[in-house]
Formats: sequence, structure tokens, C-alpha cells
Amino acid sequence: MDLSLSDEQKQLQDAAERFVRDKYAFENRRKIVATDRGWLTENWTQMAELGWLGMAFKEEDGGYGGGPIETMIVMEQFGKGLVLEPFLPTVVLGGGMIAAAGSPAQKEALLAPMIEGKKQFAFAWLERQSRYNLADVSLKATKEGNGWSLSGHKGVVYNAASADNIIVLARTSGGAREEKGLSLFVVDGKAKGLTRRDYPTQDSLRASELTFDKVSVGADAVLGKVDAAFPVVEEAVDRAIVALCAEATGCMDAINAATLEYIKTRKQFGVPIGKFQVLQHRMVDCFTNAQEARWPARDWKCSAARSHVIRLVADAIALMNGGYLKLLRGR
Amino acid sequence: MDLALKPEHKAFADEVRAFVHKTLLPATKAKTFAGKHYGRDDHVEWQQALGRQGWLPYTWPKKYGGPGWDVTQRFLFENVLAEEGAPRIIPFGVKMVGPVIYTFGNDEQKERFLPGIRSSEVQWCQGYSEPGAGSDLANLRTRAVRDGDHYIVNGQKTWTSFAHWADWIFCLVRTDPDTKPQEGISFLLLDMKTPGITVRPIIMMDGAHHVNDVFFDNVKVPVANRIGKEGEGWTCAKFLLANERLGIAEVPASKRGVRSLRDIARTEPQDGRTLADDPAFVAKIAEIDLQVQALEMSELRALSTMALGGAPGPEVSTLKIRGSEIQQRLAELAMEAVGEYAQPYQPGMLFQNTNETPIGPDHAPPAAPRYFNMRKTSIYGGSNEIQKNIVSKMVLGL
Repeated sequence: MDLSLSDEQKQLQDAAERFVRDKYAFENRRKIVATDRGWLTENWTQMAELGWLGMAFKEEDGGYGGGPIETMIVMEQFGKGLVLEPFLPTVVLGGGMIAAAGSPAQKEALLAPMIEGKKQFAFAWLERQSRYNLADVSLKATKEGNGWSLSGHKGVVYNAASADNIIVLARTSGGAREEKGLSLFVVDGKAKGLTRRDYPTQDSLRASELTFDKVSVGADAVLGKVDAAFPVVEEAVDRAIVALCAEATGCMDAINAATLEYIKTRKQFGVPIGKFQVLQHRMVDCFTNAQEARWPARDWKCSAARSHVIRLVADAIALMNGGYLKLLRGR
Repeated sequence: MDLALKPEHKAFADEVRAFVHKTLLPATKAKTFAGKHYGRDDHVEWQQALGRQGWLPYTWPKKYGGPGWDVTQRFLFENVLAEEGAPRIIPFGVKMVGPVIYTFGNDEQKERFLPGIRSSEVQWCQGYSEPGAGSDLANLRTRAVRDGDHYIVNGQKTWTSFAHWADWIFCLVRTDPDTKPQEGISFLLLDMKTPGITVRPIIMMDGAHHVNDVFFDNVKVPVANRIGKEGEGWTCAKFLLANERLGIAEVPASKRGVRSLRDIARTEPQDGRTLADDPAFVAKIAEIDLQVQALEMSELRALSTMALGGAPGPEVSTLKIRGSEIQQRLAELAMEAVGEYAQPYQPGMLFQNTNETPIGPDHAPPAAPRYFNMRKTSIYGGSNEIQKNIVSKMVLGL
């Protein structure tokens, strides 16, 4: 077993760390949040130039032959600055599903420009009643001539306002919550019959409620096989969870470091508060939890345990920083 | 010991409930149940209504204009108000400085200040924490220098809740820098309109404005506004903190929180049923419900000790610890219950009365902001670590 990073992976880590340091000082982030779309084209272009948008895809798909480890390396660094560019919805979810289930024509039309930084995606799966059940989908896609007609509602769709294409999980057959009978459709972000209600999220990303009123798409809009999308979605969401955990790990490192610095300098009762045993022990707990949350290479299964650990750290940090809790994103 | 309510207590609870029904503005009540932020007027109108009824200083003895209620009546009063969705009584006047004034003040001060507190005609805020004096409160640096009949006050207070709404502030100030920290402190009352006082808002993560920095630049305060002797402010401070710790257990509000959590669980969909059909989540509700009930009994025990003539002792620290942990857990469970729809940030739904429909269910907008906001409960009013130090030293003798 070898858990260490290769030289190339270390270079990627350094580059991502530099990007976050240069672009995501807290005040800079605030300025980006205040822009119309909530992210910067120049940052997105730079990510494309650095190869980050294509690194996790196979060479035959136009990528650079990396995998989830590369995704986790950049997401971990993104977590240190709470990066706002829509990497997760576009690359991890959208790109991931197109790579996994797309036809050669779809890969050429969608994945290739995405890797160049020219197309963005959103993934619409959640509905009001879905909670965490990926198969609880009632938005209907019905046959219409050669193509399909989509009607229904989707919620909390990250990056929908900026996305060129929205990948929609719809029910083509089967009953409520059946895993069989689900299909993926690639829908133009400006399709007729599609309306959006946009809003910021708690962590200043952008998301939307979407209403589909007889949105027509062609037969070539189906991503993968009709009625058989569930395994594709499940795998993509698993990858996204791992990516989010990597991001949260970076976030934990950043707040642990800031907190450690703070308790060494903040004085009460005439000494730095880091001299108090009760805070020393809490800091050690935070450190231990952050160690445990480190992504152990290729194991994707530990994400649930990791999000638990992340919450423990967040609570402890809130205390020691006297309330300056940075916002954590994750599930 | 007798836990059963007597018939006259039931009649009392009915009387309080009828008063709230008649008096509490529907718009204010709606804000409570929607988890919205109150405006100054919401608080003041409600407190003045209680004042007119003679109920605002509900913990005060008759001698100072309180209703002279027993422990059971106070308990019922607090619970009925919380059940009916009344705003929390802002504690700085009636719960904090009022008892300090009638316990340590002179007759002239009692006459001058107590009526405005009883009626809520005058709003108060608390000048305790400073940038360098949080857990180590006795390290406070705001300086008051005697100049004839006045003190000249210079310094800064921080995390001052509702300073932007207040007419007066009570402050711990250092009158003698050359003695032991606790011995050089005095307790001063300052009119917020005095020249030299500046209030600077601190905006919280959810966009709310509750707390402030307050700066004092050569502020002239009459010596007649000092409560107790010079250098004996720490006695007032500790007396007040013990009262504060009792109040911030917030048991009635947490009971309302448990009910609200159940309501959310009954409406949140999950796998074609509701979250209330999920045994794992129901077990979480049951657990927090039991904790609230246990805390309520502990609080009643402390109150009944006080009723027999005791002052609130160091054991009230345990109430503050458990009360704050419960508030945090309830906020966490409410966010968990809301699920994915806790993600949209909807400040408009929290600060204004709006006709806009919320994104997701009605109970979604406050869930995440409240979760973040409640992180403060284990820090304010003396951090839970400080409370544990107090219990360890004063109760356990360690």
C-alpha cells in the first residue's frame, strides 16, 4: 500500500494551493460573491489552462488521464478558500456523468468544450419530496414524436443560472421511488418552458428552483440508456460526496491552523488561552479529527464517517474562535 | 415537595393565557413561529403591555413594584408566554440591572430608575465584555476617572446586544487600576445620549444586527449614577451574572423548540411518508425532549431553593451549560429535519414581513441561520468552560 502522492500529484497540489492563496483571500472572496454570477471567468479560464477541468477524464475522452485522486487534491485546496467557481456541478457531476454514460457524439459536443472551459453544467435531481433518496423522482419525461417532453419541478440546482446545459434526472417509467425507470436528459439552460428562481445558498454559492413546463428535447438529449440512469447517478453522486469531503478536509485544515494561531496569541488571565488544558485537549481533538478525515487514497466509502468528524471539528472551532465560525459546506 | 398544580395555579395560567391572546400583536406572534427576527417595536410594544399589566418585573418582590409571585407562578408565566409565541423579554433591564439597583442602589436611584424598567419605557443594554476581557471579565480596561461630581469614562465594550436600541447602558468600569483586578471595578449607569458614546454595528454571519461595539470617548457620567460603593462593582457583577445564567437556560423556549421540531418532522417528506415515521429521527426527538424535561426539573429545584430565601448559587452554572447545549442540539435537529432546503439563503424571509413565498417549506428559511447563530450560546453569558471552572471550584471544591 502506498498512500503518498506522486510527483505530478504534488505539483497539482502546489498549483491549487497557490491558486487559492492568490485568489481567495477573504476580502477577495467577498468581492467575487458580490458579482452577478458569483464566480469569475478569469478564474475558470485559468482552471482550464492549468488542466484542472480535464484532469480526471480519460485521454480518449479528451482528458488527461487522472482520476478521483486528482479531483480530491484540488477540492481539498479549494476548501481552504471556499472557492466559488462551479467545479463540482460542472466537472465532477456533469462531466462525470457525460464521461460515464455519454455517446461519442455527446462527449464531443459537451465534454470537450467543458474541458476547455467553454461549457458549464448543472445537475438537477432533487425534488421537494426527495430528501436524500436519489430515486424519489417524479419529474416526468414523456415520448413526444422522436423526442421527449419534460414537465415537473427540480430544487436546489447548483449553478443552474450559469450552466449552458442542465442534466435532468427524470422519470420515464416505473412508480414512485423505483430505481428502474429513471433517465438522464441534457437540456439547454435556456430551453423554452424552463423557468428559474435563482438564489444564493448559505455558503454564497448559487442555486435555483427549476420548473419544467413541457420542455421539448430531441432523442439525442438522452444521456445513457432510457430507464437505466440510476447506477450512473449513484456513482456520480458518490464521487461528488468524496469531492465535497476532500473540500471540507481542506476547510478544516484552514480553520484548525487559524484557531491554533489564535489560541497562541489571544490572552486571558494573563496567558495565551492555548495554555489552558481544556483548550489544549480540544485542539488535540480537532487535530486528531482532521487527521482521521484525511482522504485515505482510493476508499470512497468512508464519506459518512468523515462528515461526522467534520462537524465535531466545526463545533470545537466555534468555541475556541469565540464565534468566528467559518461556514462549512458538506452533506 | 409537591409537583402538582393547585386549582388557583391553573386559574392563574388561564389568566396569563387570556392576557396574551388579547394583547400580543398577531404580527409579532407570527414572527415567533416563523423564526423571523423581531424589530425594536415588536419587543417594546409587548414589554410595555406587560408593564401596564404590572407583569413585566415578574421576578421582583412587591416592595419594588413586582407582582410578588411565587416560584410556581413565575414558572407558569414564562411557560405560557413561550407557548403563545411571545417574544423573549429582553433581560438587560428587568432581569439584570433592575435587581442590581434594588439590591445595591440607594433610595434615590431606586426611585429614579426602577419605574422606567418596570414599564419598559427605558431600554437597557449591558456593558460587560471588552476586546481584552471576555472569559477574563475582571481584566476589563474601560477606565473611569473621578473628576469632582463626575467620572470621565474612556474605553470600549463589545458584543453589546441591542446597544443600538438602548436608552441606557450599565457598565463595569475600572475606577482603580492599582489594586487587585476585582477590587478596582465599579458599576456605572450611562445615558446612551451622553456625548462621546459611539455605537458601531457588528453584523452576524446571517446578516442580522444584534450586537455592537460601544466606544467611550471622554464620556462624563455623574457620580450619582454609580451603583454601590466605588470599587465594589464586582459584587454587583457577580450577582447579575448569576441571574443571567439562570435566565439563559431558556427552558420554555426549548420546550417550544421540541414541539416545533415535531411539527417539522410531521410535514417533511421522506420515502413517501414523513420524517416522523423514521424511527431513527423520532429517537433523536425523544432524546432531546427528555433532556429538556430533566433540565426543567433542575431549574425548578434551583428556583424553589431561591424561593426559600437562597440566592442563586454556583450550581446555576450547570443550568446554563445544559440549557445552551440543548438549544444548540435543537437548532441542529431542526436543520437536519429541513434537509436539502436548509441550503437556500433567504434573508428577506427573516428580516421583513414579505408576501414572497419561501423557497422550500415555510420552516426552511430560519433553519441554517439559527443553527449558526446558536453556536454563540455555549460562549456567551460566560463560556461553558468558565461555568465548569465555577462548578468545579465552588460546588465540588476542586
